[in-house]
Amino acid sequence: MACAAPAVLGFVFWQLGPIVASLLIALTDWRIAATPNWIGLDNFQQILTGDRLFRKSLGVTAYYALGSVPLRLLAAFVLAVLLNQKIRGLPIFRTIFYLPSIVPLIASSVLWIWLFNPDFGLLNAILTPLGVPRLQWIYGTRTVIPALILMSMWDIGPMMIIFLAGLQGVPRQFYEAVEIDGGNPWHKMRHVTIPMVTPTILFNLILSVIGTMQTFVQAYVMTEGGPDNASLLYVLYLYNKAFEQSQMGYASALAWVLFVIIAGLSVLLFRSSSRWVYYAGR
Amino acid sequence: MSAAEPVKASAPSRLGRTGRARFGALCAYALLLTGSVVMLIPLVWLVRSSFMGLGQIFIFPPEWIPDPWQWDNYPKALTTIPFVRYFFNTLFILVPTVVGTVITAALAAFGFSRLSWPGRDWVFGVLLSALMLPYAVTLIPTFLLWARIGLINTYWPLVLPDWFGGSIFYVFLLRQFFLTLPRELDEAAIIDGANPLQVLRHVVVPLSRPALITVAIFTALFEWNDFLGPLIYLNDSRQFTLALGLAEFTGLYTSQWHLLMAASTVVIAPVLVLFLFAQRYFIEGITLTGIKA
Repeated sequence: MACAAPAVLGFVFWQLGPIVASLLIALTDWRIAATPNWIGLDNFQQILTGDRLFRKSLGVTAYYALGSVPLRLLAAFVLAVLLNQKIRGLPIFRTIFYLPSIVPLIASSVLWIWLFNPDFGLLNAILTPLGVPRLQWIYGTRTVIPALILMSMWDIGPMMIIFLAGLQGVPRQFYEAVEIDGGNPWHKMRHVTIPMVTPTILFNLILSVIGTMQTFVQAYVMTEGGPDNASLLYVLYLYNKAFEQSQMGYASALAWVLFVIIAGLSVLLFRSSSRWVYYAGR
Repeated sequence: MSAAEPVKASAPSRLGRTGRARFGALCAYALLLTGSVVMLIPLVWLVRSSFMGLGQIFIFPPEWIPDPWQWDNYPKALTTIPFVRYFFNTLFILVPTVVGTVITAALAAFGFSRLSWPGRDWVFGVLLSALMLPYAVTLIPTFLLWARIGLINTYWPLVLPDWFGGSIFYVFLLRQFFLTLPRELDEAAIIDGANPLQVLRHVVVPLSRPALITVAIFTALFEWNDFLGPLIYLNDSRQFTLALGLAEFTGLYTSQWHLLMAASTVVIAPVLVLFLFAQRYFIEGITLTGIKA
């Protein structure tokens, strides 16, 4: 038991303690320089009724997550299925698809600013000759979130590896049974592969929802939330409140609202899983 | 879709079974190759830009081969900002963090897998819930704590937490691995008079080298890439890490794309090399935590 002590203490110091503290701080008007006062639920009331930027950032974050999560899941799944076809050169393809997720986020942000450059960037250089009108990417209010979603598609390596492992766990006999019944590849996909990897889908789905809702670095480095707050992701708004305006109390309340939203989403996904996730062991 | 359809599909088709399989494989290759090109092009663009002069970089439509190759973009980018210093700063955080995480995560994983004590699995379950916790919630109180102690602008806030098991993710990963080792080995060692710590040191650790290396690599990678931690705890530019340095550089040299790309390449290159040489640890580590979750 003593062996586990550091980890248990760590949990108390860096997780449990801060969560409780966060809730208490959220009930104050804590600013760095002044003595904090209890103000009860005022912060929460302000957030839920009077904060235009809160609503804006929540909408932006939802838009980003609704685009990014399903597209990344789909792309990672398709790649994993292709790699699972007993294909030659699998290690090379796997390396290539994993590679971008290794790139430090700050470096890939700098790189993608350059790729998105409307005048000399790679993306417009490819698209303009194809007849696509010159896009403003991260510099346009309507294109900035789709641009960030596109960028997020570059980082699907770990998800793909987890899918691949799930696919490799599907017993071969199931496919043979479909073949004996005269089924084609679509039937194998629809009635064997997808049901068998639903636990993996759930795992990837929940982790990527939690991660995507907290995207920060890209918005901080690439757009600073702009143009016109069109990419003001939730955690960037929270960061600005806490570390630019040093409104620690208000920012903690924002953090708790996010916590509740993420926990609620996780619970919903888990609840829904009894309808669509198939556990072979049960 | 009617139930009769599978029967129709089994009727001999023009391509035949092997022909159809070969066609499928061909399609798979075509898709995989296309995907590979899409994934690699941004990196090619990065390296290509890092060797170009400003004149050539702003030609439209763009050219792919630098002419001439401007090697001195690199020394120029790396000396305008003290990147060497930032490199050593990063190592100064990274090394103790990796050591602390590996030691304490292995201890905890050992306690949660090979030793039995009342409430063990319940405690582990509670700890594991931290995986689902948004970091945004713990960020501010932790910052205020370090500010109160007066350790902002030191490396303590970035290093010390990792001496408490690191992320529970690593404890989980190691525990999953330890559970696959046969228990008889521990029992044999205990019969020979070993205490639990000796079992960990002489039995479990030697057999778990791949998993421990995986944890070390993941931790090192996380620290190398970490941006938010250094951003809030380090304000003095003499203490900046590479990630912060690159952000600072980006702010100062907007539109000097050749230099920005050279600096980015320098930050990315060590990670890519590490990945190419240690790939199997990445794959195995992710697989281990992904499947049995």
